[in-house]
Amino acid sequence: MSLLEVQNLKKYFATQKAVDDISFSVNKGSIFGLLGPNGAGKTTLIRMITGIFYPDEGQILFDGKKFNPINDVVHIGYMPEERGLYKKMKIGEQAIYLAQLKGLKKSEAMTKIKEWFIKFEMQSWWAKKVEDLSKGMSQKLQFVTTVLHEPKLIILDEPFSGLDPVNSNLIKDEIYKLAQRGSTIIFSTHRMEQVEEICDHIILVNKGQKILDGTVKDVKHQFKENLFSIGFEEIPQTLNGNPPYEMVGTKDHQYIVKIKEGFKPADVLNYFLQQGAKIISFNEMLPSLSDIFIKLVEGTPLTRQFLPKEVIE
Amino acid sequence: MNKIWLVMKREYVTRVRNKTFLLSTILLPLVMVLFITGAVFFAARPEGKKKIAVIDKKGSLENFLKSDTSKMIFDFNSGADTSNFSQKGFDGLLYAVDSTGQHFLLKTQKAASNETMDRLRDRLSNAYVSGKLLEKNITINQIDSINKASSSYYTVDNTDEKNKNVNSSVNAGIGFASGIIIYITMFIFGAMVMRGVMEEKTTRIAEVIISSVKPFQLMMGKILGIGAVGLTQMLLWIILIFLISTAAFTFLPTDVLEQVKHIQSNPGMMTSNPGQYSAAAKGIANLTNLNWPLILGCFLFYFLGGYLFYSSLFAAVGSVVNEDPQEAQSLMFPIIMPIIFAFIIMSSNIDKPDSPVMVWASIIPFTSPIVMMGRLASSPPFWQIAVSMLSLVAGFILTTWLAGKIYRTGILLYGKKPSWKEMIKWIRRS
Repeated sequence: MSLLEVQNLKKYFATQKAVDDISFSVNKGSIFGLLGPNGAGKTTLIRMITGIFYPDEGQILFDGKKFNPINDVVHIGYMPEERGLYKKMKIGEQAIYLAQLKGLKKSEAMTKIKEWFIKFEMQSWWAKKVEDLSKGMSQKLQFVTTVLHEPKLIILDEPFSGLDPVNSNLIKDEIYKLAQRGSTIIFSTHRMEQVEEICDHIILVNKGQKILDGTVKDVKHQFKENLFSIGFEEIPQTLNGNPPYEMVGTKDHQYIVKIKEGFKPADVLNYFLQQGAKIISFNEMLPSLSDIFIKLVEGTPLTRQFLPKEVIE
Repeated sequence: MNKIWLVMKREYVTRVRNKTFLLSTILLPLVMVLFITGAVFFAARPEGKKKIAVIDKKGSLENFLKSDTSKMIFDFNSGADTSNFSQKGFDGLLYAVDSTGQHFLLKTQKAASNETMDRLRDRLSNAYVSGKLLEKNITINQIDSINKASSSYYTVDNTDEKNKNVNSSVNAGIGFASGIIIYITMFIFGAMVMRGVMEEKTTRIAEVIISSVKPFQLMMGKILGIGAVGLTQMLLWIILIFLISTAAFTFLPTDVLEQVKHIQSNPGMMTSNPGQYSAAAKGIANLTNLNWPLILGCFLFYFLGGYLFYSSLFAAVGSVVNEDPQEAQSLMFPIIMPIIFAFIIMSSNIDKPDSPVMVWASIIPFTSPIVMMGRLASSPPFWQIAVSMLSLVAGFILTTWLAGKIYRTGILLYGKKPSWKEMIKWIRRS
């Protein structure tokens, strides 16, 4: 069951195709990674999902129905990459105000904010102003205001930037808990190690188009290069015959090999066993998402070139 | 609607709680009333009597230049001259500078006040005329009776009942003052809206808010909230000025107050016999005779209307610029121009409130809030006020609509400032 379905979404600006025919769906209760280099169109995509922009073409289904920004935005919590809070406003009042804009009653907002503040050990901040907070602190506040109204869909754009590991973990745990309780989370970031850790499903966007879609596991298998690392007690001195692999490198007591076309991992193991090599480990080396990301995005210009106006208009 | 209300409430509360708001609300009327009462007080203070020595060898003045013991004493036998009149206790020396004794010069130690000069000029020309008449064999008695008759020769009666006792310079003053106040507040509150929008854009909170509120709601909430702040301030100012000036009246010299009472109980006296009252008393009586409910009502309407007309434009400017205040300045220029223009029209035509320029400028919404206030005290026809108000309402609906379109796109757009062409495109689109 998908909470969000994006179908053939397009948004063209005067000088570029920011989002060019993107479709994907996000399952209820899942953590979904939206990846892409800077300027790939992620923010534009998110802005359409949050109802800030209207798509030029295509449609969005939210919870099975056509997305209607006026009613549905209260079910969405959005934390933009650039943090925004009123600097001169007191923290408690600010949280209440933002919750009220999401349709919560004042008393309701108050109790929920207090719960969250206790959870994040922020109780003493209530009467402080945002300008007195450190970057990490305002990050936590922003997170609280994003999830306070228990939205069905939470969109987090780089939620961990500027946070120390302790606070990162605190927020990561809350993200898991929210997903367990049925919230769906879209997670947009460049930090691939976090994506691997957190996300169930990812899509990769580049130059306004989707270039990758799948679960983290599937994607990794899709991009595997048949690399294996073999650990030895002792590096074998001489190897005879025709090995079913190509040597990629050695490292300490390890070989890193690429299996040749037509062979299986078992053939490699057999080969070494026949040579009498003392194997202590044999692992498949899956590419990291980071490698995949770089591989896919590399070669395309880092910043998008602006098209001449005539092309679009 | 509920969201506009929430935004509005936040804008209002955060601003009204601010110390600068409190300070400016209390200090401004205090300073203003102190200034005005100070001016009235000094103007009302009776000037000491002046002693003037006269050297009149031909005796052409002695018979006609009568001393008035309370105001001015002429001494024809003082023996004073240009070098020693002040040592002898005279404020001035009047002497003939040519041999025929036709041309006189007044020499004073200190600069003479306007009031003294006016009085002296009056006396001298009377004396001259009387002297000449005497040469034509008209007796002093006849001259006296002519002089007496001349003072009750005419009275002024304005056909307009409402304005019967209102002095035109006071009208102009009130109109001018309210025009200036609207002019200044339009800048203050317009700039406040613009800064607020810029703040939301540069701190990037706009994106958070706009994911729960429509851009137009955010803009309207801000405009209405700050407008409510302005209205609160105006009302507090009016109340405070009223209270303080009532209190300040008690410090005025009692004879001025009595004269005011006298003028108020005898309408018509002032125009027929203006010399009887001091300038201060006339000023105060004029102020109390104005149609204050109309003026205040219109003042609040034009303040709000003008504010709404321009503030959405200021909001649009705030939405398209980034941190750089210089960008804002170049975009603000076309908005500020008509405001300044309105002020120039009002101030240069304040004495001709019914001239075509004033009539048109008081109807066209770009200039009407300022110019109509300048005309108001002289009772423009009712239909003109009505047309002016209606066109102002239509005007601000139009500017808000236009500005909303620019704002909606501008608030989320970072980087280069858009060109006019692009902004017009935003307005045309959808």
